[in-house]
Amino acid sequence: MNDKADLVIRARGLTKRFGQLTAIDHLDLDVPRSIIYGFLGPNGSGKTTAIRMLCGLLTPSDGSATVLGLDIPGDAGDLKSRIGYMTQNFSLYDDLTTLENLRFIADIYSYPRARRSARIDELLQLYGLEEQKKQLAATMSGGQKQKLALACAVLNEPELLLLDEPTSAVDPKSRRDFWASLFALADAGTTLLVSTHYMDEAERCHRLAILDRGKKVADGTPAELQAQTGMSVVQVIAQYTLAAQSALQKLPEIRSVTQLGVRLRVLVPKRISDPLALVSAALGAQGIESDCALVQPSLEDVFVAVTLQEQDREIAA
Amino acid sequence: MNHSARILAVIWKELLQLRRDRLTFGMIVGIPVMQMLLFGYAINTDVRHLVAAVADQCNSHLSRQFVADLGQTQVLDFRYVVDTAEEIEAMLRSGKISVGVYIPADFDRRTLDKRRSAAHLLVDGADPTILGVANQLRNIPLKFDSVKAAQKRAPVLEVRPYYNPERRSAVFVIPGLMGIILTLTMMLFTAVAVVREREHGNLELLINTPISTTQLMIGKIAPYIVIGLVQLALIITVGMLLFKVPVRGSVLELYLAALVFIAANLSLGLFVSTIVKTQFQAIQVTIFFLLPSILLSGFVFPFDGMQKIVQYIGEILPNTHFIRLTRGIMLRDATISELYKEIVVLILFAAVAMTAAVLRFKKRLD
Repeated sequence: MNDKADLVIRARGLTKRFGQLTAIDHLDLDVPRSIIYGFLGPNGSGKTTAIRMLCGLLTPSDGSATVLGLDIPGDAGDLKSRIGYMTQNFSLYDDLTTLENLRFIADIYSYPRARRSARIDELLQLYGLEEQKKQLAATMSGGQKQKLALACAVLNEPELLLLDEPTSAVDPKSRRDFWASLFALADAGTTLLVSTHYMDEAERCHRLAILDRGKKVADGTPAELQAQTGMSVVQVIAQYTLAAQSALQKLPEIRSVTQLGVRLRVLVPKRISDPLALVSAALGAQGIESDCALVQPSLEDVFVAVTLQEQDREIAA
Repeated sequence: MNHSARILAVIWKELLQLRRDRLTFGMIVGIPVMQMLLFGYAINTDVRHLVAAVADQCNSHLSRQFVADLGQTQVLDFRYVVDTAEEIEAMLRSGKISVGVYIPADFDRRTLDKRRSAAHLLVDGADPTILGVANQLRNIPLKFDSVKAAQKRAPVLEVRPYYNPERRSAVFVIPGLMGIILTLTMMLFTAVAVVREREHGNLELLINTPISTTQLMIGKIAPYIVIGLVQLALIITVGMLLFKVPVRGSVLELYLAALVFIAANLSLGLFVSTIVKTQFQAIQVTIFFLLPSILLSGFVFPFDGMQKIVQYIGEILPNTHFIRLTRGIMLRDATISELYKEIVVLILFAAVAMTAAVLRFKKRLD
């Protein structure tokens, strides 16, 4: 078996333009089987557009993609029964109950009648929705709605599950539970593509691509991305946090200063050999007492770094 | 088997949603009953009790008798007694009265003069119906003239009103109203049913499932066909009980005609849903279509009286053909084979609208 056969999604130069706006600009994507692949990017970075193209809802303006060995958008019809899609906003019926929604989805996917109720019971139990069985979706909490949406998306046992910002409307506890469900699905062999703008969620993905204004600016495992930032991260705990921040922002070498509580995270390009000295000296010159340390870049640092590099490239070009 | 299961799933879902949507559920029954009560009682071309004023400057025995006779016809309701023709004109202008009777001081003498009329009827002629009624009053005889009246010869033409000898407006209005009610409810329900799914995001999920466009469309309109037939039964029953509207032809044929008409309107509603983006727009388009269906279909104004070009527009409207069918079957005891042209047009209309809807509905978002 060659490599290509084990790629669930393979996209080359995938592009989507809406009039003047290029929502997705030449996206190359290789998603291997049975992993959770993340799309990390701010709002408007093209995550939803990319997912919609991959399930055949939008026609690419340019480029090509194969999903589960089928060409997009030509074979999208055959793809529908093999993928599950969880939309960004709740898209099941508010005026139907949990059970009615699940039955409707089962019938639409032509799930065998004989096994239908067993499968639905299994899902209700798996996602803890048994008590909400006869409750109208409209009256359920964000977390419950999201579990129902997931249950419906996986009902037909899809090989590929596309989730568009699935946790944007739920509390942290529900988010943790939700991710546990996603890992269980990946363990069972399902491939998942999840878009998010939460750093902590991105860190849980096996692999991820960082999208910025329609372009993929980096991809790899979280660890690879952290290793490849091209930036050193200095953590500063200073006497006067705000004064320290403005002092550091004046230095041309320093690319970014972000405040996290009492700490400042300072991004310094790798070409500066001693970033710690640079930062301490700058603060010392202003008479600010500080405690500086070199730390591992987080995914947020990676994100800031790659989007900055992208801006540099654009300015240079 | 797969296909019918998916269609049934959509139908079942629609019914579940409908059961919980009390307002729409109420409208299914409410719209036909309300409109029938309103129009059945309100629309009346046999006009009576026009508010009138009289200026009797003669005030003789004869003139007073004449005014009393006019009042006896019940066509005029003399609410005001004034002195001059100018006062009558002022009241006409202000809309207080529709008709004024002016009797000049020399009324008695003028009644004997064959070349001149004895009195004037001042009519708000802007409304042709009122003018028509006023024209009938011209033939009212003068009492003292009883000998002459007897000598008056019979008119050349005698009118024999077929199908509605009592000249009750409801008999004419209600078969037409059927088409209006069905156009409104059927178009609106289907257009809104699809657009609502788009607005709530359900469609994004649905088009990502293996259901085909045709399955979805059939599942969407099937429940409303049944609702349309229920509405029809309601209209016929209320029409018979309250307004004594007859169904002289075959009830089965009436239902057959309605079935085709309902299919035409549902298909049109589906087509509308593929054009508009919001429920509000769906309602706007429905009204845009409903107005000509009321005004140009022969429901309000006789079809023959309209400009040729407007008649062509009227011929495109399904309601025009349905009204011919309902009036034919219900009032004239006509059979569908006598009216086959109308059925053919309706079938064509439904087929074209349905094809257009299926072609326009894309399982895509762009």
